[in-house]
Amino acid sequence: MEFGPHLLLAVLEGAVTAAILALTAMGLSIVFGVMRVVNVAHGEFFMLGAVFAWYIATTLGAHPAIGFIAAILLAPLIVGALAAAADRVILKRIDYNPERTIVATIGLLYIIQQATLMSFGPDARPVEPPFNQRLALPWFEFGENGFELIWPWGLSITTYKLFIIVAAIVVLTGIWLLMTRTTFGLIMRATQQDREMSQAFSVPVDKVFAYVFGLGAALAAVGAVLVVPVQQAHYLMGQDPLLLSFVVVIIGGLGSLPGTVIAAILIGMTDGIVSVFFSPTLAKIIATLAVAMVLVFRPQGLMGKSAA
Amino acid sequence: MTDVQKSYLFHCAIIALLAVLFFVLPAYHVGNLARIMVLAVYAIGYNVLFGYTGLLSLGHALFFAAGMYGFGLAVHQGGITTGIALILGGIAALIVSLVVGFLALRTRGVAFMIVTLMFAQAGYLTILYFGPITRGDEGFVVDLAGRALFGIDLSNESARYWAALVLFAICFIGTAALVKSRLGRALVAIRENEERAQMLGYNTHRLKLIAVLVSGTLSGIAGAAYALLFGYVGATFSTVQYSIFPLLWVLLGGAGTTIGPLIGVIFMFYLIDLSSTVTDAYLLIAGVALVLLCLYAPQGIAGELRKRVLKWLP
Repeated sequence: MEFGPHLLLAVLEGAVTAAILALTAMGLSIVFGVMRVVNVAHGEFFMLGAVFAWYIATTLGAHPAIGFIAAILLAPLIVGALAAAADRVILKRIDYNPERTIVATIGLLYIIQQATLMSFGPDARPVEPPFNQRLALPWFEFGENGFELIWPWGLSITTYKLFIIVAAIVVLTGIWLLMTRTTFGLIMRATQQDREMSQAFSVPVDKVFAYVFGLGAALAAVGAVLVVPVQQAHYLMGQDPLLLSFVVVIIGGLGSLPGTVIAAILIGMTDGIVSVFFSPTLAKIIATLAVAMVLVFRPQGLMGKSAA
Repeated sequence: MTDVQKSYLFHCAIIALLAVLFFVLPAYHVGNLARIMVLAVYAIGYNVLFGYTGLLSLGHALFFAAGMYGFGLAVHQGGITTGIALILGGIAALIVSLVVGFLALRTRGVAFMIVTLMFAQAGYLTILYFGPITRGDEGFVVDLAGRALFGIDLSNESARYWAALVLFAICFIGTAALVKSRLGRALVAIRENEERAQMLGYNTHRLKLIAVLVSGTLSGIAGAAYALLFGYVGATFSTVQYSIFPLLWVLLGGAGTTIGPLIGVIFMFYLIDLSSTVTDAYLLIAGVALVLLCLYAPQGIAGELRKRVLKWLP
């Protein structure tokens, strides 16, 4: 393939990564924004989403589409409920102290990961996509006959990957509507701005926190259910999304939701494009150091307001 | 007896106890205890920063690995003699902690944790990237010639135990002296209230940098000693897991107590040792321990002891 079609392919793959990343990072960002705590176990909620998706799809054993629809409806609900329970049992009792929360969620990370290892096992398991047609994509070139379209070999994307991108846009729009147009969104934003004042105005802050923590985890689970037909479910699959989500949330500005989406697109695209053309390890080293430097020299991120 | 005298007597008693245990315990536990003492030096290093200065780092594996690879590569690839290689390991950790401290201390709180985590991750990836030299995940074995110091073969079980004990004793007494010194008290002041320490005229930024240097270098020395005594250098030691272990040990034993790191390592080591005979998912134990600690004993074992019984515990 020539450079142009190759780049287009990288951009498309990058868009799929960006879509999943935007969903996962949005969960982390909402939790940080409203509750001011860093959830280190976020990647494990992502992994749980994928594992439950596999479990639901194989238990139903019907047509892949039915299994998939059941998974995308149920898995985020289950994961969200588990996260809300963890919030009630652990985080609430340490009073959302930022440092102790990090330690406790590290503990939660190991508990979820190892419990999955004991029940689900160490194998990677696939989920069948509900539909998966290959679409060949055209490329243009200026030949002897002037402008013409060609179909280079290997330049294609599956319908399912396009569906991932569309689904992510739909879910993110839904979140935006939820935050800006509903009473629950209003309550969340009020809690974010001033926890004590909201409490004084009879906002049930404890309940809001449990819902927010659940919502954050459910978003990660949605991302995981979407990705599991492309990438198999595995008990260690939560590590990369966790680090990448951190990166996205930091670059976007801690707690800024539009910043998170923009950063997810930026990072997802860069990841897709860079890893097509460079060594993935080197790309990761540079990306990790770049993020650390952003935090050191611009702690509020690209879109964030001045540091709290 | 004053508290200071009690404290010195206590430290000497612990070291004497460890020396006696060599003759009492069966060989298997003596081997474990040698490993525990080296890891306890790592935990002591972590405790200087976390327990006394109040800075929570999630990237100490970087310093441990810097010492380990500084020593290991010098001996294995450079053919340098053991004694000088050990010093090189310490210097490598010192330089790395200077760079990390200089950059990461511009941030605070949650950002500090994430920045140190990111640096450590970059360090781990760098070790993998230079796979042909570092042998990546697989690691390499330090050959026997590189494991003899002053003519003593440290791959021998009892020599290894005494070497580990000497190293541990120096670091143990050293930190006990450090925390009683003016520097140590200033660090505690920063932990308790940084603004107030600043207002009293302390250059808190410089003091915190010193804490990172001491902590990082001690961790690096532990890394170099681990490679020297147990003869293996590998990228596993620079993963996030090895950054979380010292946090776990120190929390469990008691942050801000000199004996805490040792207690934490012993407790965790045997907890994992016993549970790994039952299940492969031994990290589950680590997770449950962390959550329970956060909920019920945020001060750790020695911390709770100090609160209730031994008020003088340093």
